[in-house]
Amino acid sequence: MKINLKVNGKDHTSDVEPMMSLAAYLREVLLLTGTHVGCDTSSCGACTIKMDGKAVKSCTILAVQADGCDITTIEGLSQNGEMHPLQASFKENHGLQCGFCTPGMIMTAENLLSENPNPTEEEIRHGLEGNFCRCTGYHNIVKSIQHAAESN
Amino acid sequence: MIPAKFEYIKASSVSEALGLLDKHGDEAQLLSGGHSLIPTMKLRLNQPKVVVDIGKIPGLNSISEDGSNVVIGANCTHHQIATSSVVQGGVNVLAQTAKEIGDIQVRNKGTIGGSLAHADPAADYPAVILASGAKIEVEGSGGKRTIDATDFFLGIFETALESNEMITAVHVPKSSGGVYLKFSQPASRFAVVGCAAIKNDSGVSVGLTGVAGCAYRASAVESAYNGDAKAAAAHAVDGVEVMGDNFASSKYRAHLAKVFTERALNALG
Ligand SMILES: Cc1cc2nc3c(=O)[nH]c(=O)nc-3n(C[C@H](O)[C@H](O)[C@H](O)COP(=O)(O)OP(=O)(O)OC[C@H]3O[C@@H](n4cnc5c(N)ncnc54)[C@H](O)[C@@H]3O)c2cc1C
Ligand code: FES
Ligand code: FES
Repeated sequence: MKINLKVNGKDHTSDVEPMMSLAAYLREVLLLTGTHVGCDTSSCGACTIKMDGKAVKSCTILAVQADGCDITTIEGLSQNGEMHPLQASFKENHGLQCGFCTPGMIMTAENLLSENPNPTEEEIRHGLEGNFCRCTGYHNIVKSIQHAAESN
Repeated sequence: MIPAKFEYIKASSVSEALGLLDKHGDEAQLLSGGHSLIPTMKLRLNQPKVVVDIGKIPGLNSISEDGSNVVIGANCTHHQIATSSVVQGGVNVLAQTAKEIGDIQVRNKGTIGGSLAHADPAADYPAVILASGAKIEVEGSGGKRTIDATDFFLGIFETALESNEMITAVHVPKSSGGVYLKFSQPASRFAVVGCAAIKNDSGVSVGLTGVAGCAYRASAVESAYNGDAKAAAAHAVDGVEVMGDNFASSKYRAHLAKVFTERALNALG
């Protein structure tokens, strides 16, 4: 089935099987492998991207549902070679260890800060309910997001 | 995980979607947010031959006021409901409930129509929909009808919807001071037990979810309530077959139902 969509500002037209997830489309067709797939069943948040401005789990969306949509992946956050403030803050605050969860954490945090630019620590922890990290124990992730919010 | 092969059709109107349901019968399934349907298709618990996407049908995602009701389109997402000033002003307990569903990403995609039609025994909305005395507006090729919330939920994943009907909107009577409290399953945030309590002219109305095969109106609590929350809450599972699973045994669930009913009644003030 033919789909037209915008990914990180660029228009794409592809022919996909309806059964293909949006996460698989981004990774395997567009080769944007920054979007990770952990659980593949909507629990871990590693596959989080932005679809029409909202953070969503791309493993649980069909590529055909994204027809006509505007998608942003982790690769689309940096501007002119400069890291996005959240990316810089994760680097600065040791917000990652293995990095598997990181793209999803950052995409969710971006959604959180766009709706609530000055969240409390509790609001950040609540906001990350749909994102699992097996390495960091979350403290430095929360710190990274707080830091990014403060420096904005 | 990849679902079994299916044909995907994006419907551009309610009548087109209903025509497709009529044409394909039991082989077709509607797709709204997909956050219940797609996981079950990936796990091959569900293998529709035809998936009819109603997610982009214009007019199904609006929220408005109609006299003493707030009218919520079937495709409104949980996030939309949680942040809508019309819902917050008219029936704030529903906005608060939407805010407690899953996580940010799930709330950005999942819809009220999908949640009600799916009728997961642990879903949050049914408790509030029941306690508020809402009506579910459905449409089939034969026309429109409304179903009282109390007649809508029939069992585990079972509703009064016919297979060729779809939900178009939910009409929720305005109320103030309602409460929804839940004991969350720690990973998914689904309700192990959830209790909605809303004040009305004759006392309180109480809806419970997570406890049995489907959400129910706790009428025994309502008729026993005379200001003593604990005494009334003791009737939370009267006449109900309480579920048990790996999250909570039926004995523990029955206990939780009473505790959360008591807390909800006390929180009503
Ligand atoms: C990780 C995770 C956590 C979650 N946590 C919670 C939680 O805490 N509480 C909670 O209540 N829910 C929770 N959910 C479920 C979530 O709210 C779903 O979005 C919702 O149950 C289904 O809505 P949907 O729009 O995604 O429906 P879909 O998945 O698109 O559809 C579900 C079913 O309803 C049918 N359907 C859809 N729309 C209509 C319609 N208009 N008329 C008739 N039939 C229709 C479909 O055919 C399908 O059978 C969670 C889901 C996930 C993935
Ligand atoms: S891979 Fe999508 S939520 Fe885990
Ligand atoms: S840094 Fe390894 S999973 Fe989060």
